[in-house]
Amino acid sequence: MEPPADTVERPYCAWCGGERAAGDHTACDRRLASVDPPRHCPSCARRMVVQVDPVGWTARCSRHGESAGENGFGG
Amino acid sequence: MTAVDPSTTAEDAAPDAGGDILAVAREQVLERGEGLSQEQVLAVLQLPSDRLSEALALAHEVRMRHCGPEVEVEGIVSLKTGGCPEDCHFCSQSGLFESPVRAAWLDVDRLVEAAKQTAKTGATEFCIVAAVRGPDAKLMEQVRAGIAAIRAEVDINVACSLGMLTQEQVDELAAMGVHRYNHNLETARSHFPEVVTTHSWEERWETLQMVRAAGMEVCCGGIVGMGESLEQRAEFAVQLAGLEPDEVPLNFLIPNPGTPFAHLEVPQGADALMTVAAFRLALPRTVLRFAGGRELTLGDLGAEQGMLGGVNAIIVGNYLTNLGRPAEQDLDMLETLKMPIKALNDTL
Ligand code: SF4
Ligand SMILES: [Zn+2]
Ligand SMILES: [Zn+2]
Repeated sequence: MEPPADTVERPYCAWCGGERAAGDHTACDRRLASVDPPRHCPSCARRMVVQVDPVGWTARCSRHGESAGENGFGG
Repeated sequence: MTAVDPSTTAEDAAPDAGGDILAVAREQVLERGEGLSQEQVLAVLQLPSDRLSEALALAHEVRMRHCGPEVEVEGIVSLKTGGCPEDCHFCSQSGLFESPVRAAWLDVDRLVEAAKQTAKTGATEFCIVAAVRGPDAKLMEQVRAGIAAIRAEVDINVACSLGMLTQEQVDELAAMGVHRYNHNLETARSHFPEVVTTHSWEERWETLQMVRAAGMEVCCGGIVGMGESLEQRAEFAVQLAGLEPDEVPLNFLIPNPGTPFAHLEVPQGADALMTVAAFRLALPRTVLRFAGGRELTLGDLGAEQGMLGGVNAIIVGNYLTNLGRPAEQDLDMLETLKMPIKALNDTL
């Protein structure tokens, strides 16, 4: 997953749920780009319900709806 | 990605006691098919890093001689995620930790879809996993419905990993046609209390014995890098050998946020590879599977080194809560290594 370009619309880190502007999320981004699906909604930081399957993942925020992706490592 | 350079990463050498351990292993394990003892496994784990390539090469010869060139491919999926009452300190699915993983159930349609995706890779095993201490009636019902639906549409062996079982549940799963049951001992018996406090190593052992007695294949492995000493790693290898499992999945710790092991380091590649070689030398005939954490610990080149160092099975695609690399990358790797994928009729 790319780090969100627009930090106004997506101000939170999808890995740790912290404010992107407030800290260094390099390590978080590395995990998101390799072994972890997003766990926090980048728009509101709520913990999402995430389902991983062999070829992808889906994540649902109770406020902002569902997002989806494929394997890790940019796959 | 991370290439593992054996000359720069390992620990200091400990001198071999009683002759060179790899020469002994060549005679004992390769020629006679007898796994290494605890002291011997420890001697392998303590080899200097400049002997890693040699250890891997011997482990590969052992695998080729006693298991053959085929690689068993498996896919796994989480049927019930998160909210587990147990406290396994590595696990992001325990409901006792401040983990970001929330509870979720997979419906039967998506389960069947996951089995189809897995079968498409050429995999012969599909493992249904639930984050529970042991199954309740609702989970057993879901598993029964899931297996029936998979059987109707997909040609693949179904395995399960549902925690600790009662005899009745063992019998039910066997009757459903579950081919293999996974239940990891996770680590050496002496280290287990540092990893789990809500149940014992012995309780896990009992489930494994019932599974074996009911005629299902036994799959039992663990996680490397949970603060165990090399002595405990050797202890674990030999305890697994004593179980005589059909399969041993080897995971490398992914330190998960919120868990008690969040602060631990990702295991080093050379260390992980020496462990792979040592486990193969302790378990000459077992299906030895690369499972979770290999991507972070070993990278692409390290994974190849492991496949040429005793491993003869892999989990492809994503894991339960973590992502893996795309299955095609692993299938390409096997093709490059000229290792055929084990076919379904070989497993029956
Ligand atoms: S029993 Fe399984 S799901 Fe539950 S905490 Fe332990 S490893 Fe995680
Ligand atoms: Zn972050
Ligand atoms: Zn949201």
